[in-house]
Amino acid sequence: MLKALVIDPGKCTGCKQCEMACSYENEGEFNVAKSRIRVFDFHEQGKMVPYTCTQCAEAWCQQACPVNAITTDPLSLVKVVHENLCVGCKVCTIACPFGTINYNASTGKVTKCDLCQGNPACSDACPTGAITFQDIEQTGFDKMKVWAAQAAAGSPDAPGAKAPVAKH
Amino acid sequence: MGWARKILRVNLTTGTVKVEPLNMDWASKYLGQRGLATKYFVEEVDPKVDPLGPENKMIMATGPLTGTAASTAGRYSVITKGALTNAIACSNSGGYFGAELKFAGWDMIIFEGKAPKPVYVTVFDDVCEIHDASDIWGTSVWHTDEWIKTKHQDPMMHISAIGVSGEKQVLYSCIVNDLHRAAGRSGVGAVMGSKNLKAVAVRGTGGVKVKDGRAFLKAATAGKKVLQENAVTGAGLPTYGTQVLMNVINEAGAMPTRNHRQVQFEGAHAISAEAMATPRKSDGQPNLLTNQACFGCTIACGRISKIDEKHFTIQNKPQYWKASGGLEYEAAWALGSNTGVDDLETLTYVNFVCNEQGMDPISFGATVSAAMELYELGLLTKEHTGGIDLKFGSAEALAKCVELTGTGEGFGKELGLGSLRLCTKYGRPDLSMSVKGQEFPAYDSRGIQGMGLTYATSNRGACHLRSYTVSSEILGIPEKTDPLTTDGKPALVKAFQDATAAVDSTGLCVFTTFAWTLNDIAPQVDAACDGANWTPEYMMEVGERIWNMERVFNNRAGFTHKDDNLPPRLVAEPAETGPAKGLVNGLATMLPEYYQLRGWTQEGVPTNETLSRLSL
Amino acid sequence: MHYVILGAGPAGVTAAETIRQKDRNGRITLIGGEPEPPYSRMAIPYLLHGDIEERGTYLRQKPDHYDSLCIEYRHGRAGGIDSRRKELYLSGSDPVAYDKLLIATGASPVIPKMSGSNLDGVVNCWTLADARAILKRADKGAPVVLVGAGFIGSIVLEALYQRGCDLTVVEIAPRMVARMMDDTAGGMLARWCREKGVKVHTGTKVNAIRQTGSNGGATLAVDLSNGQAIPAQLVVLAAGVKSNTGFLVGSGVKVNWGIQVNPFLETSAPDVFAAGDCCEAVDISTGKPDMLAIQPVAVEHGRLAGLNMAGTKTPHRGSLNMNVLDTMGLISSSFGLWQGKPEGQTAKLIDEDNFKYLKLNFEGDRLIGAQSVGLTDHVGMLRGLIQTGFRLGGWKDKLIASPERLREAYIAVAQGAPIGGPTGPHVNTPIAKAAA
Repeated sequence: MLKALVIDPGKCTGCKQCEMACSYENEGEFNVAKSRIRVFDFHEQGKMVPYTCTQCAEAWCQQACPVNAITTDPLSLVKVVHENLCVGCKVCTIACPFGTINYNASTGKVTKCDLCQGNPACSDACPTGAITFQDIEQTGFDKMKVWAAQAAAGSPDAPGAKAPVAKH
Repeated sequence: MGWARKILRVNLTTGTVKVEPLNMDWASKYLGQRGLATKYFVEEVDPKVDPLGPENKMIMATGPLTGTAASTAGRYSVITKGALTNAIACSNSGGYFGAELKFAGWDMIIFEGKAPKPVYVTVFDDVCEIHDASDIWGTSVWHTDEWIKTKHQDPMMHISAIGVSGEKQVLYSCIVNDLHRAAGRSGVGAVMGSKNLKAVAVRGTGGVKVKDGRAFLKAATAGKKVLQENAVTGAGLPTYGTQVLMNVINEAGAMPTRNHRQVQFEGAHAISAEAMATPRKSDGQPNLLTNQACFGCTIACGRISKIDEKHFTIQNKPQYWKASGGLEYEAAWALGSNTGVDDLETLTYVNFVCNEQGMDPISFGATVSAAMELYELGLLTKEHTGGIDLKFGSAEALAKCVELTGTGEGFGKELGLGSLRLCTKYGRPDLSMSVKGQEFPAYDSRGIQGMGLTYATSNRGACHLRSYTVSSEILGIPEKTDPLTTDGKPALVKAFQDATAAVDSTGLCVFTTFAWTLNDIAPQVDAACDGANWTPEYMMEVGERIWNMERVFNNRAGFTHKDDNLPPRLVAEPAETGPAKGLVNGLATMLPEYYQLRGWTQEGVPTNETLSRLSL
Repeated sequence: MHYVILGAGPAGVTAAETIRQKDRNGRITLIGGEPEPPYSRMAIPYLLHGDIEERGTYLRQKPDHYDSLCIEYRHGRAGGIDSRRKELYLSGSDPVAYDKLLIATGASPVIPKMSGSNLDGVVNCWTLADARAILKRADKGAPVVLVGAGFIGSIVLEALYQRGCDLTVVEIAPRMVARMMDDTAGGMLARWCREKGVKVHTGTKVNAIRQTGSNGGATLAVDLSNGQAIPAQLVVLAAGVKSNTGFLVGSGVKVNWGIQVNPFLETSAPDVFAAGDCCEAVDISTGKPDMLAIQPVAVEHGRLAGLNMAGTKTPHRGSLNMNVLDTMGLISSSFGLWQGKPEGQTAKLIDEDNFKYLKLNFEGDRLIGAQSVGLTDHVGMLRGLIQTGFRLGGWKDKLIASPERLREAYIAVAQGAPIGGPTGPHVNTPIAKAAA
């Protein structure tokens, strides 16, 4: 059963428990600066938005990697960074149009959400159900996934797309 | 573990910054935040110091759990000698500032001296710098926050700042972080202002480690479950915020009204949580937009409100058209029932201005209500007020007062003195509803007897957060006691005071104690911290040690048992309505028993035996 | 069906793999011009650091990767093509007949015109063979002159610095990375380099490289247009690249700077496609063909060419020019129209003290280009905003006031989250339970 993180910003209170859980799971300490999920605070509107990798089908990061250090897990479709292969060239960080793969200067490698190998700590830690880990079949394509698909380079459906078509 | 084990010492007079290791011997006896910072403070500062003089110090301190995944673990406290009270002050705040300070790698920052010119301080991980603040001196907290983030090009900074009221040393000005969270009471903002320190901006990218990660996560997860399943922390607070109390306390006949002349407010419903969530008649939108959590908090009691843009208070003032921190119960009471104003939008506006300019809405509201009584008695006139018709129930007068006090102008200068100094100046000190100079919060001690003893003996002046016996007397947490009797209250107050002192030293929020006892908290502390065996019993001992340390400081500062007192209105004028009709507060019967339980003399002085038992 | 792919860089390899996904039975021949298995030039600097071994530069790690996909991988250097007979000529072997041909021959370094560029100790930094030559001479403390401080030069610079070489950089343009960033960013990079002890000469030409007597290990001298002569043990040339299209003369494949292609990456010759550094495909920012010699574009081309060759007609709507550079720990990037448009507005954040720079270029309320120095978190959002052309609306003015709020702006417009209106509080437990 294919599962995905489903994020409902309307339920987020901005407590950052997801960031704490993520950094602890992946870095061994409570450090929101190293979290792979981040909550953005739009205080003027009273909105909080958790944000992380959508494991998009296009796998921009994987495509951009020169040494095949990012692969797609065949079962979960999660895009995984293999630290032993990553050379730290950062091309994936500029290639990912979501900005969800980031360079970690202390390790010289890139990091991204890998759904904690199938058991995401962020969704476990979320007290309000703003982040849930659900069967994709049940949820349909959630908003972020749809957006991910639409944002594919050159997709004419991309919201506000203005990609010019070459004339020959 | 838990602690960052480093402190910053910033000397504002000389403009120098020093790094010191945390005194781990003290940490094992005083834990962190309130306890540990107070220990540093009493060791370094003469109790007789002028709170607004350069010899006073100000400490911003986190707890060992601040910045961990324990629920609510994002608190920090400001410890100093209070400008309003001349007593030890410890004001606790949520938001994100405390956790950020910890992530930057610091347990506390000790500010000493006084900057020759206005400055602000930035802490980027291990780089601490002092900057010229002349561009932001004279501006609000909100402006300062935005200005510093833009100046340093980092929207992820968290900033604690004072507004104009703190600069002008309005005696109950506070230090506001994250735009609407505040170290609110006792005038810590005036102390900051007296040091010419406008703001402290922090950005941290480091981590917090705990002693035993697995055990800690287990304890923290268990704790979160308790909070989630509890009716108050799992449903009441997130839904209604602290405003859940408005109707409850009013019905209990403990809702101080019009400067404590009455104990029930006829307009309570109009300013209650339910009213905040109900669409307004004017524009069809509710006042309450959403709730917001502080760092790490799984309760999320914070209110985010939006005022009707057409309301008279904010017409043509777009800075108030955005969503911001809405009314908490204490603010709704102080600004509302205590002044007799029942217009929710006005109260929200006044609360916004209190956040914007950095003022404690409890003391501000209570001072206005005292002024309203003086005005009613003719002791204050329009001549004094600059034309304001300062009648109870006047929303216009209240709004005008907050604008003047926030910027320290005109009659606002008088209001900025606080109720005791104002009432003394106009010949009626008895009309100041305060203890040790600090105004009462939202519980009338005729209707909740234990709160009388709480207020009278609070080390930082009248305060509900030193021993919230309302929990027991009204809500039945952890067990129900009768609010109308004094029986057993001295022991209850002592237990609440000690436990609260311990909780305030952890980095956790005291609101967790609606659901948690020390049995829930101690395992989290113990899994995170070394240095001692952090059992519930040991934490009670730490709490008692802290309480006595604060008491000794206050005694040396010149306070005596005569200051453990209540205004005559509460002990001589019986409540007129409600369950407490005919009652006054029985402080005189509770106080001797309390002293005895504390191991203090009849003069309220801790005996040598008590001090040595607590290794003081 | 025989698919022949000439060139085994990222474009060629991606095309071969894409074809295999679409056509299980066709024959695929992948021809590499170098002796090693397909590798990435992007990884060479990390080989020079010593972070990885040669294996670590390979595009695919499993030794049997190509076999397992039934892709015949062979060696050969292109000699020419006859597009009417559908034959490819390789030097020193029989012609190869193809049904569909992909030219993915990449690019080669430009050798600046100067005397001495063929001397022993003067090398490019482009192939693994070059890397080995550099490793032989780039010892700790060795005097090294790097000619060219463009994108490739700057990446090599990092590696030579890490090796502890006594490094001098000579750049003919008035600033470093002149084709990727503006004066402010280039100046920051140069200052950063100088603070790290690297000698940087911009606006300076190399007149000649001379053999000298042994001078403390240095056997070469580099004469600069500013009159200085720099002794060197090693001279690394990194003066830009040009498309490898020389073998196409007379083939019927039209070549401008690179091979001309239509939106399906077809060349002017039937059944001949082109991808990667050797071709001029559309730059999404200008709508005009350009040679964007970067890894992600090569992969994008390779994938699209593969799809089109295998019969899944997929037009290329343009690639985004972008680069990321790590200069001794100072990370910079540029995207799209990083120079901006004269009539468009810009947002600038400049912090010289902390080596931080962010410049956002707008056209109307859309982001069309950006440059950054010293910022790494969520930097891909810049690509997202540029490539999707999301309208920023009111956020444009907020960004002009505070460019550092980029991430918020992205989330706000891309995720469409913060809209007005009340949502009510978020409750853990149903209120009924609380009342109970």
